[in-house]
Amino acid sequence: MEIGLNHYLVLSTILFAIGLVGVMRRKNLLMLFFATEILLNSVNISFAAISHYYGDLTGQMFAFFVIAIAASEVAVGLGLLIVWHKKHNNIDLEQMSTMRG
Amino acid sequence: MELFLYTALFAPLVGSLFAAMFGARPKTKIAGIVPSIMLGVSLISSTILLVLVLTTGHTVHVEMMTWMATGDLYIPFGFVVDQVSVTMMMVVTLVSTVVHVYAIGYMDHDAGFNRFFAWLSAFVFSMMILVMSDNFAGLFIGWEGVGLCSWGLIGFWYKKESATWAANEAFIMNRIADLGMLIGIFLVYWNTGTLQYDGAFAAMPGLDTATLTWIGIFLFVGAMGKSAQFPLHTWLADAMEGPTPVSALIHAATMVTAGVYLVVRSNELYALIPNVGLFIASLGAFVAIFAATMALVNRDIKRVIAYSTLSQLGYMFAAAGLGAYWVALFHLMAHAFFKALLFLGGGNVMHAMNDELDPFKMGGLGKTMKGTMILMTLASVALAGIFPLAGFFSKDLILEVAFIDHHFIIYTVLLLTAGLTAFYSFRIIALIFHGEDRHTALGFHPHEAYKFMLWAMAPLAVLAVIAGALKGSYFEMVTYVLPATEYHVHSATTYWIMTIGTQLFVIGAIYFAYKKYMSKDIKVPDGTSKMENSFAYKLLINQYYIPYFYEEYLVKPYRELSTLCWTHIDQKVVDASVDGIAKAFYATGENTRAMQSGNLSTMLKWMVAGTVALLSLAVVFGLAAKYSGEIKLFLSGLGV
Repeated sequence: MEIGLNHYLVLSTILFAIGLVGVMRRKNLLMLFFATEILLNSVNISFAAISHYYGDLTGQMFAFFVIAIAASEVAVGLGLLIVWHKKHNNIDLEQMSTMRG
Repeated sequence: MELFLYTALFAPLVGSLFAAMFGARPKTKIAGIVPSIMLGVSLISSTILLVLVLTTGHTVHVEMMTWMATGDLYIPFGFVVDQVSVTMMMVVTLVSTVVHVYAIGYMDHDAGFNRFFAWLSAFVFSMMILVMSDNFAGLFIGWEGVGLCSWGLIGFWYKKESATWAANEAFIMNRIADLGMLIGIFLVYWNTGTLQYDGAFAAMPGLDTATLTWIGIFLFVGAMGKSAQFPLHTWLADAMEGPTPVSALIHAATMVTAGVYLVVRSNELYALIPNVGLFIASLGAFVAIFAATMALVNRDIKRVIAYSTLSQLGYMFAAAGLGAYWVALFHLMAHAFFKALLFLGGGNVMHAMNDELDPFKMGGLGKTMKGTMILMTLASVALAGIFPLAGFFSKDLILEVAFIDHHFIIYTVLLLTAGLTAFYSFRIIALIFHGEDRHTALGFHPHEAYKFMLWAMAPLAVLAVIAGALKGSYFEMVTYVLPATEYHVHSATTYWIMTIGTQLFVIGAIYFAYKKYMSKDIKVPDGTSKMENSFAYKLLINQYYIPYFYEEYLVKPYRELSTLCWTHIDQKVVDASVDGIAKAFYATGENTRAMQSGNLSTMLKWMVAGTVALLSLAVVFGLAAKYSGEIKLFLSGLGV
């Protein structure tokens, strides 16, 4: 069986769903970053697959951009996370409620 | 010549703005002097224009700028100086200048000195716009401007409840009349397509009588309000709450004559509808005697003079209504001089008596206030129409007009009024200046007004004496624009009988007034004398119960209606819906603030929910767009 566009899209959808559930359910900040990463990469898979399908490189370029930005986002996020951990000695989402309206 | 026109028009505005700059400051003499000088400049410019118009017969017509230009509607800020408007300009600027100078002395001790002059000069500016405009729209601007300034000046002592009440009354009464006027102006535009006087009046002979009648009536309703004709007259007497210079300038000499000016200006219209003219004349004659009777018993000198003004305005309308426009304008001019003089004299008396206005509490003031006495007596003689003062020429002319036109009822009424006028004028003169000294016992120590105030009044006195002599040249001038009907009684015998008869009648009335009110028995009325309990006296002192009637049958029901609307419509419908919307927002906020728990997980869940919702919407719309044809088919199948 040849692996076609639909397979990639299904894989992307499954990964996106996993990421989405992770974003909603995880209480650990680090795990939240992982979930976000899964979300972004699921989209990257779609970009690359569709780009290949149409023979247009724009999608792959976009994927690279996403990877670069995701990397910097994680860098900043991890930095904040370490500061938070030093200060409060945990990275539990439930504790972070200073934005309460 | 345009320079003089603009100077005459805008100098008062400059003075007003100058005084207004000092509005919030304590009394500054300069705030009174500069507007007075500006008024002087305006007076000189008007005089130059008068001389120009008089000698060359040329009129000045300028279009300063475009005001409104949309579609077919074109209204410029245009001003015209012709024989009629230059007469009015002279009256307005002359009386205003005198009053301004006088007011520097009169308002000397008032905290609102600066504010007073700002209002007063603004009034003159509005009045100049009113008389100089070359179209109805400009006239209306001036009309509203004088109304506003009148409101500000009647209510000048706004800490007094009665003053603010009177100011509002005047304003509201005028507003009612202005609606009529506005409708009249709309009708003019609708039917003639222009608001310029020359264009509109030129087109009017082509219209049918019914339309013209309506235009004439509605414009006259506006005139009735401003000139305080029955039934909109009550505000004028109450307007005496304002400072006396205001009463002299606005409520005697200028603003109240705006209605007469309007009728005179629209003479070409009223010439086409003699029935309306006859109505105006009849109403004028009625108001003349109606107001004169109220003046007979009133115990407030300013109110007596106010009723006298009302009565004289009736004379003017009687003349204008009968088609004698130049006579009306002539009486307007003469009246402005002696009535302003009378008011300013009344102001002197009022000052001397610490604002006491009841002439029964005065008596014998002639000893201390000789100058004022002479000036006021002069003004009253002129008002009564004794030869050779101004009133004789202008007022008797109106009687002749009525006689010659065979309106004998109007003639009789006006003749009777002439007698009443003489009586009530000299009643207050006798009570104030002659007879027993009644004021010392009441603790008053009167003193004469400042010298310069008396000198300021002098020009008016001179004009009150000589205005009659100007009749010839005046007639030649204004009949360029007004119908030049000369009024001569056909037979010389009738003329002499009429004139001498009137004179004797008036002199008799004066003699009677002196005899009755100079006697030693005059006391401050305390409501016990037989006369005061008679029906006629009660009717007159209560102004025919008209203010009472208005209060009981118009004001109170209106107030109840307003309360009803307020509690039922405003509070329960309007407020409720507005508040309801606000409450809905508050409730939404209250109920949804739980979302903002500050918990990152919850927020993320909401974010996902939002994304899902938006995506589903996009899908739904996408599908709807794709299958729009089928949906339409389906809906038409359902009969929608």
